[in-house]
Amino acid sequence: MNRIHYLFKDRLALFSFLLITTTLLVGIFAPWVAPNDPQEVHMNLRFASVSWKYLLGNDHLGRCVLSRLIYGIRPSVLWVLITLAISVGIGAVVGFVAGYFKEKTDAFLMRICDIMFSFPGYVMTLAIIGVLGVGIENILLAFVLIKWAWFARIIRTSVIQHSNAEYVKFSKALGTSSFKIMRMHILPVTLPDIIVTSSSSFSSMVLQISGFSFLGLGVQAPHAEWGMMLNEARQVMFSRPEVMLAPGITTIIFVSAVNFFTDALQIALDPKLTPIGREHRKGLKQRANLHRGEVA
Amino acid sequence: MNKMSRYILRRSLLAIPLLLVISFITFVLNILSPMDPAEVVLHAQGVPQITEDLLAETRTALGMDQPLFIRYLNWMLSCLQLDFGNSYVTGKPVWSMLGPAFLNSLKLTVISAVTVIVLSIGLGIICALTEGRWVDKSIRGIAFFLTSMPSYLLAALLVWYFSVKLDWLPTNGIDSVQSYILPVSVITISYAGIYFRIVRSSMLNHLNEDYVLYGRACGLPEIRITMRLLRNSLQVAVSIFFMAIPIILGSTVVIENLFAWPGLGMLSVKSILSRDFSIIQAYVLVLAAAFIAVNTFSDVINTLLNPKLREDS
Repeated sequence: MNRIHYLFKDRLALFSFLLITTTLLVGIFAPWVAPNDPQEVHMNLRFASVSWKYLLGNDHLGRCVLSRLIYGIRPSVLWVLITLAISVGIGAVVGFVAGYFKEKTDAFLMRICDIMFSFPGYVMTLAIIGVLGVGIENILLAFVLIKWAWFARIIRTSVIQHSNAEYVKFSKALGTSSFKIMRMHILPVTLPDIIVTSSSSFSSMVLQISGFSFLGLGVQAPHAEWGMMLNEARQVMFSRPEVMLAPGITTIIFVSAVNFFTDALQIALDPKLTPIGREHRKGLKQRANLHRGEVA
Repeated sequence: MNKMSRYILRRSLLAIPLLLVISFITFVLNILSPMDPAEVVLHAQGVPQITEDLLAETRTALGMDQPLFIRYLNWMLSCLQLDFGNSYVTGKPVWSMLGPAFLNSLKLTVISAVTVIVLSIGLGIICALTEGRWVDKSIRGIAFFLTSMPSYLLAALLVWYFSVKLDWLPTNGIDSVQSYILPVSVITISYAGIYFRIVRSSMLNHLNEDYVLYGRACGLPEIRITMRLLRNSLQVAVSIFFMAIPIILGSTVVIENLFAWPGLGMLSVKSILSRDFSIIQAYVLVLAAAFIAVNTFSDVINTLLNPKLREDS
């Protein structure tokens, strides 16, 4: 609790956190929050500017931009979050098993990860969309298939560091079951690492998903998604560049908030503010940044 | 044979089983598809009525009636000769479409990687030397903002301003040198914002080393200390450079589609939308193989540059 208190002392982090939670809540309760039906077409209101009924104006089919943005939170943010949770879950299980049992189990699981790493992320995603067909659920499936290896690798490193600790050896000597050791002794100390790595890949995943929808491979019309809204805006970019503003700014603000919050988390979750702890964190941060390497 | 060449040989041989496994996965991908390739081919050729006999005939023509393993072996052998079969849709050999696209993507990637690395090193050094002051803070602030921006939005804004408003640069295609400017700058801006942070933190780590303290204590001019720092930090830059090439090559999809760049990204999206499996398969295989090759190469280069990595090899 102390750490959370420390985290929210940072005003920017608190603000980002509030922004992210508000976005999530608005996305969950979209049908109650959205002022209009996001798919209702009004051909007489094409490109209408801001009005009281349509707070952010209307798009090329006269649909309410604000409502579309609100409904777009679901695929752009909520589903990405669920995908992230699933891949971190798989990665954590594999990472724990590999890091705790070491030797042959570890070697075997890490070779599988190596194979996953030899497909560049975008290529694997494109391959899966190519085989299974266009649609956001296939993109999310591809993300789970690729990302778990990343998380497994990072979590394994963290588990190995802690599984050599004296208290773990002591528990083993006492005959505590492996599962209990992992749950009681290793999970609490590796949890900050897991949170930091997973949160830092959240923003890049949001950007990548919107990138695929932008290409027309993700969410299909008439459903709303931020990347797709930008794609629709691009068609009329030369005559009405202002249509890009709403989805563009929303994406930038949300992703910045996630990035700010991640950075603050990294500092706040530093287990012990000793030089060694800081060195370790720095390495982790560097790895996390590399992971962010693929941008949309 | 000395230690180094033995290491290089061993590292290259390690890539072979990996290549075999990924080629098998790529091959199996095709089978996982819910659609029958024979049906796709017939659809693409515009055959009005697909009968059972016709399907069977096409399957034999495509070699689909043989056992899986035999098909894999045949496919592998022809892939080694750059023969990826024919496109399901156009009927042209896959390599005649993939090869030029690969070259176009490679051109874009290598030029972008060079500018990314130059900009990252430049900004990284400036930020490390002015750490905590306004120059450092403002560069990091701008980079932070730019990395939060989807690259296609950045691209759209640049196109709108430079091509439409000012009419300086072409919006798409690969006709002249000018067509490189916009795509390269979009890729550079998106990636340099990430990589310069690595250069910066590596420089800052080196600043705390004993040799810097010693140099200062000896009263060496600051410029000479900086030169030494630079030499040691450049190793990171080299590894970033090789890391960046496959990542950029794999993720130019969005940029290529935006600028109608006739590269791999455009080709792959087009093939996905027309369900042209043979091209998708070849695309995945070629990129994964390129990815492994570059990774192996960069490992070797890193080991050559850094004696510390050699010890445990």
